[in-house]
This record gives sequence, structure tokens and C-alpha cells, in this order.
Amino acid sequence: MSLTRSRTPKDEAQRRGIAPEQRDPKKQKLSKAERKQMRRGGWLDAFSRQNLADTILTGYLPIFVALIVIVLPLAWMVSSSFKPPSEIVTLNPTLLPQDPTVDNFGNVVDRVPLLTMFGNSIYVTVVGSSIKVLLAVTTAYALVFIKVPGRNFIFLGILVALMVPPEVSMLPNYLTITGLGGRDTLWGIILPGLGTAFGTFLLRQHFMALPKEMFEAAELDGAGHFRKLFQIAAPVSIPAIATVGLVTVVNEWNSFLWPLVITGSAEKMTLPVGLNLLQSVETQAGSYGILMAGAVIVIAPMLIIFAALQKYIVAGLTQGSVK
Amino acid sequence: MSSAVQTEQERSRVRAHRRRQSKNWSLFLLFAGPNILLILAFIYYPLFSNMYYSTLDWRLGSSTATQIGLENYAAFFTSDSGLEVWRVTAIFTAGAVLGSMILGLLIALVLNKKIPGKTAARTAVFSPYVLSGVGVAMVWNFIFDPTRGGLSHILGFFGISSPEWYLNEDWSLFMVIIVYVWKNLGYCAVVFLAGLQSIPKDLIEAATIDRAGPIRRFVSVTLPLLTPTVFFLLVTNILFSMTNAFDILRTMTPTGHGTNTIIFEIYLQSFGAYQRAGYSAAIAVVLFFTLFFITAVQLRFVERKVHYS
Repeated sequence: MSLTRSRTPKDEAQRRGIAPEQRDPKKQKLSKAERKQMRRGGWLDAFSRQNLADTILTGYLPIFVALIVIVLPLAWMVSSSFKPPSEIVTLNPTLLPQDPTVDNFGNVVDRVPLLTMFGNSIYVTVVGSSIKVLLAVTTAYALVFIKVPGRNFIFLGILVALMVPPEVSMLPNYLTITGLGGRDTLWGIILPGLGTAFGTFLLRQHFMALPKEMFEAAELDGAGHFRKLFQIAAPVSIPAIATVGLVTVVNEWNSFLWPLVITGSAEKMTLPVGLNLLQSVETQAGSYGILMAGAVIVIAPMLIIFAALQKYIVAGLTQGSVK
Repeated sequence: MSSAVQTEQERSRVRAHRRRQSKNWSLFLLFAGPNILLILAFIYYPLFSNMYYSTLDWRLGSSTATQIGLENYAAFFTSDSGLEVWRVTAIFTAGAVLGSMILGLLIALVLNKKIPGKTAARTAVFSPYVLSGVGVAMVWNFIFDPTRGGLSHILGFFGISSPEWYLNEDWSLFMVIIVYVWKNLGYCAVVFLAGLQSIPKDLIEAATIDRAGPIRRFVSVTLPLLTPTVFFLLVTNILFSMTNAFDILRTMTPTGHGTNTIIFEIYLQSFGAYQRAGYSAAIAVVLFFTLFFITAVQLRFVERKVHYS
């Protein structure tokens, strides 16, 4: 990742939120009809007589195997969450429940304060992510557009912070938050993670690629930094901000170690911590149905968000790999 | 006379400059200050206080601590339990990184073909990467159950009895590596796919015209051009597998028997039964410098090698 101010076609493409494989400049020169033709030609090629065996043996067969390995555990989870205990302990399990029931979900609610935990998870994710994204946007803007001496040095400090995994800071943060009275509270879960190096870094790269002219025109109209940020820089950067936001949401929702350390009572736990508790309570073989119901509850929301917005999430999580 | 006017002008210019400067500073602090403060308080301060705690013999919650110098570090690098942590970390990291990279590359090679439906397949393969590690581990706990799990049924179909995944330490380690690879390989596949698509088609075509077979084409053309991607993935995967695996490890093997990697040991030592906060802090410092070293190596090589095009 180059830290210098540069505007390459790739930056441009990234700015507009175009996925890497769509960036090929050669393809952009073709008309829509031609492209359609080409794509259809490709499809037909794959199924032409000389390629058919190749397509199936080295294409669909391995993809099929990979999909089985990836999807089967998740399908098994969903199916088992609707099975009564007798179908869980049986020696001849079936893929689909023979006698579907939602008892398992009810049982989860009986064992742990599930709705409260679900609410906690949503609260922590929404509040934490919103603040983090806002801080990332304002910090990145300040680093790029507000000229003060030493700002590159400050940026370097933020870059180094990017290298420190939260696990390393766990013990001192535990002492700090406990000292502030934040043990077993929701704000205690949120606070230490709010400082954001990743979002700042990503948005800084993005802001640096924005055309200067946009801001010069606004300055002539007498716009200050607030207006330049919220009326120009932020609106034209929605895809990049969405990427940062979604990656943050995924991380906050799945976060486990810190909430595990800082919470003690079930009423303050987030879902991953609560389910860990559930697992230590439910040790009988028949209770796998209940555990799978719990897993569905923590996995399904991210799966749905990912299915809907995967373009941004993949782009954000594989950041740095495509130059 | 005229020089006095000039200095007066100069002075007012300097004043204006200073005023602008201080206005810029206050704006800068308004915009970036909160984030910088949070980073200082919850990332930098812990880094240095860990270094101090690491020199103490100190139980978590106890009000007294004794200075013991570098003994915690010595214990981590020489004691049997410390060396066991290194051994487990090395095996876990190697297995997790190689497993997800090799499988990820194979999937990427398949997805790089011109076949319909590959975008949907790519999405499906990537999806485990965004799921809760705790949830994923619970699902695999059920699958690995030696008597009721899906895997025991599949193995039973072939007449093999299920290994004691939870009782035997080596099987436990193998089990958590499998789950980590399952969750992580989609990430590697997608990054490899982007790398493959950046390889110019005419090079492959030229090799085909020279009658290079598919394996020769892969070894002589694709793989060398893919080295920057391989290197990037190698480094990020090592970093991730050393820090991100905690949720899977803790959910599948709560006691850390046979699976206590560095990150798990940091947790177990300070928040598990022992409450040895000083020792835990020392391990955290070692982990930080290990990661720092790996990143530094990456930055050095990336600057030199990646700009091949």
C-alpha cells in the first residue's frame, strides 16, 4: 500500500466500490452488447463438446466437494436445531428433521437470558460500530485535510497501533476498566475497542485519492472543514465508509475474548459469551439440539448481512491484498 | 519609515499564520483527538504497563507484588509448560497456515476457470470467515462428538471408529486446526483468486502455444507471478492464526489441554485458575514482539518484491 498521494485507476475503481475482477480496463471499452456476447460465449465454451469433460472434472466436481465441506456443517446446524432430542441421539441420523420442533429455541431461552444477551449484542455492535466509524471518518479527514505539523508522525503512531492485537492489551485494559467501574457493564465492553486504527487507515487512503478540485470549489464558497467533511468528503465516500462499517459490525458481533473477560453476570453478556456459558451447562448428548439452536442465533444474523452485502465485506476484509 | 511599515506587515502576517495554525490545531484535535486519546489509553498504555507487570510476581487481584526482574521471561522460555506452549503454537500455526493456504489455492484455481456459478461459489466459500468463532466451534463440537457426531457416523460407514478427539491431546490439536482451516480457507481462496486474475492472460497463452501442459504452466508461469500473493497470505495468516483463534480454542477445549497456544496461555494464566498476572503479561509482551518482528520482515520484503509489474 503506497502511502504517498497517488491516483491510479485502481484507486479510482476502489473509490467507486468496484470489485477487483470488474476493473479490467480492456473490458470497459467494450459495449454492453459485446460484453454480453463475450460472457455468453464463455458460458457456451465451458459446455462445448471438447470442454465439457474438463469443465465437470476440474471445475464443478471440486467446487461441489468444496461446497459440501463448507455448507454441510451449517446445514447440519440448522437441521439439528429443529430436531427433538430423540433424533439427536439416534444412531441413524437423517439430514432433515423427521419431526421438526422449535422446542430447542425455547429451551435456550429457559437456560440463559437469551433475549437480553441478543439485545446486549445488538447494543454493543450498533453503538460500538457507529462511534468507531464516526471516529475513523473524522480522524482520517483530519490526517488528510487539516494541515498541522507532525500529522504524519501521528499517522505513524496509528499505524503501529494497527499491529497491536487487542489480546496483548487485555490484562491492563481489564485493570483500567475495572478501576473505572466498568466491570460487568455494556460500556465496559465497548470502550476499550473504540480507538480505531484499521478504519482510520483505510479511510485515509481513500480520502487522499479524492480529487482536490472538489474541495477547492467548496473553499471558494467559504465552506469550513465541517461542511467539507460532512457535505463533500463523507457523501462521496459512502462505499468506503460502508466497507469500514460492515467489517466493524462483523468484528463487534463476533468479539469474544474481551467480553468474556470483562463480564460476569449473564445479564451483561453478549451472545458469544452467553453461548459459551450455555455450552458449559448443557453437557448431555441430547442437548446438542439446544446448542445448535444457540449457534443458529449467533451465526444467522452475520450470514444474512454477509449474503446481502458481501461485496463490501469481502473488499474490506481482504484489504491490502490487491494492490 | 517604510521599513517600519514592512515589519508591521510582517508581524501581522506572522500573527495571522499563528492564529491559523492554532485554529488548525484545535480543529485537528477536535476531529482526531478522541480517537488518538482512545488509542493511547487502550493500546499504547497497556503495551508499556504490560512491560512493567511482566517484571512482577503478582497474582491478579492481590495488592502486593514482588519485583523479580526477568524471571517470568526466563520461565516462559525454559520451563516445560512454557516450551509446551511454544510447541503447540508452532504446530497450530503451521497446520492452520499451510492447510488454509494450500486448500485456498486449490479452490482459487478452480474458481479462476470460466464457468457459470463461480461467483456464488466464491461467496459461499468465503462465508465461514465472517461467522462467530464460538458459534462455529459449537457446530463442530457436535460434528466431532465421538459417539453422536456427524463425523463418527461418516467414519462408521467406512468401518472406522472415531478418534478420541477430546481426550487425546494430539487429536484435540488436530481437531482445532481442522476447524480453523475450515473457517479461514475462504479468505485465502478469495485473495489467491484476486492474485490469479491479475496475471496477464497472454503469458499463459504464450506458454500454451509453447506446448506447456497445465502443470508446467502452473509451476513455471502462474506460481512465480503469484509469489507476492503467497507472501502476503503467509504473513497475514501467521499473524491471524496467532491471535484470532482464541474463540475456537476456548469453545472446543475449555481447559486448553493440548491446545494452549500463546494467546490461550495469556488468558489462562491471568484469568484461569492460576491468576499469574505478571507471567501472563510477560507472555503478552513476547507475543507483541513476535508479531512486530513478523510485520517488520513483511514490510521490508513487500517494499522490495511485490512491485514486480
